[in-house]
Amino acid sequence: MTTPPAPAAPLLSAHRLAFSRNDEPVFGPLDFSLGPGETVLVEGDNGSGKTTLLRVLAGMLPSAEGEIRFDGKPASRDSRNGHVLWLGHRTGMNESLSAHENLGFLAGLYGTRPGMTAIAAMERVGIAAWIDEPLRTLSAGQKKRVGLARLLLIPGDIWLLDEPYANLDRHGIDLVNALIAEHCARGGATLVTSHGAVRFADPRARHIRLGT
Amino acid sequence: MNEGRIGRSMPAAKAGMAGACIALLRRDFVLAWRRRGELFLPLLYAVIVAALFPFALGPDPELLARIAGGVLLVIVVLAMLPALESMFRADLEDGTLEQWLLAPQPLALLALIRVIAHWLTTVLPLIVVMPLLGVLLNLPVKVLPVLIVALLLATPLLALLGSVLSALAAGARRSGILMALMLLPLAVPVVIFAAGAVAAAQSGMPYIAPLMWLAAALVLAIVLAPLACAAALRIAVES
Repeated sequence: MTTPPAPAAPLLSAHRLAFSRNDEPVFGPLDFSLGPGETVLVEGDNGSGKTTLLRVLAGMLPSAEGEIRFDGKPASRDSRNGHVLWLGHRTGMNESLSAHENLGFLAGLYGTRPGMTAIAAMERVGIAAWIDEPLRTLSAGQKKRVGLARLLLIPGDIWLLDEPYANLDRHGIDLVNALIAEHCARGGATLVTSHGAVRFADPRARHIRLGT
Repeated sequence: MNEGRIGRSMPAAKAGMAGACIALLRRDFVLAWRRRGELFLPLLYAVIVAALFPFALGPDPELLARIAGGVLLVIVVLAMLPALESMFRADLEDGTLEQWLLAPQPLALLALIRVIAHWLTTVLPLIVVMPLLGVLLNLPVKVLPVLIVALLLATPLLALLGSVLSALAAGARRSGILMALMLLPLAVPVVIFAAGAVAAAQSGMPYIAPLMWLAAALVLAIVLAPLACAAALRIAVES
């Protein structure tokens, strides 16, 4: 029990993972794994099940067929929570609170990465000037950037990013690519969905194609 | 050797449970303060209803003194209802619940903290103005403390029951009517015990037993309701 499992155990692996809604298959069966430093791009047209796949991995959709493992352990609350960070279409932040207040709350909930503060994270994503504005006064792209600041601020080695490029300008897209590259360099893993309209920085990233 | 790994190798960076509870309480208080106009409405509603009763029934002090306890109980329950419905609504819509689900803290604990914050911000003010409303309705002075204790036990119980229903109804449209229909049968026994204590105090009889029943139910609800609430929140996020 004291000896750790083989160091090669992937952070996240899926075996014959499939999901159907009302007996209608949405995706799968899929086999893939995500090791430290790896990025996987999930591509597919609108409605091909990209978001559904990420939600199943994040444990927000039940009763998927197949198996998901985190760090070699079967997916459960204990093996998932605190390791997975989720950035979805919804910001996960309250519109009446400022970016700083929202990030402060989430940091209290999840903890912070060593050496990172909410202010530093917001400066990095270029929203330092709007720190104390209520979120509802920010544009969609700025809200997305606040979401990116959250990824920087709170710990978690598996990033599940659902359309992180949506609403972002060219600099924003470069920023997402840079953040993913840094995350992978630190030994994290990233699963990104995209409908294929933006260029993806890492040419070595593996691709999963949904809904041929 | 794998110092680059985040999270797992840095347990010191993890948030403690107490820290998470304080963060959630502070967030809810800040939000409540931003919407203090909204929070004022149930209070206004309670004062208006209590002020209208003597006009509608005629200014017979004895009649008012007889019904005051029951009327005030019902006023508080009704004033609580609209806010109960939206306990988790905004968090479901903006994706906050998704973040709750993935947090290292147990979902039931977060749900319990949310109920406490909700009770402190929306229900406690109603209990604070009870002496004033008691005067409006000619509530006997010796009954007032019993009424307040009964409310201090009954309202958290209702808030806990309401949190489960609110989580169940969060995904549904027009959940207000649904909430009222579902909460009514659960509210009836709570009101009966609270009113029983008030009536006993009014007629000079021992009133401890019904209060004890309320306290027992509250203890049970503190333990069980957050678990049910967490399960309902999971369903709400999944759908």
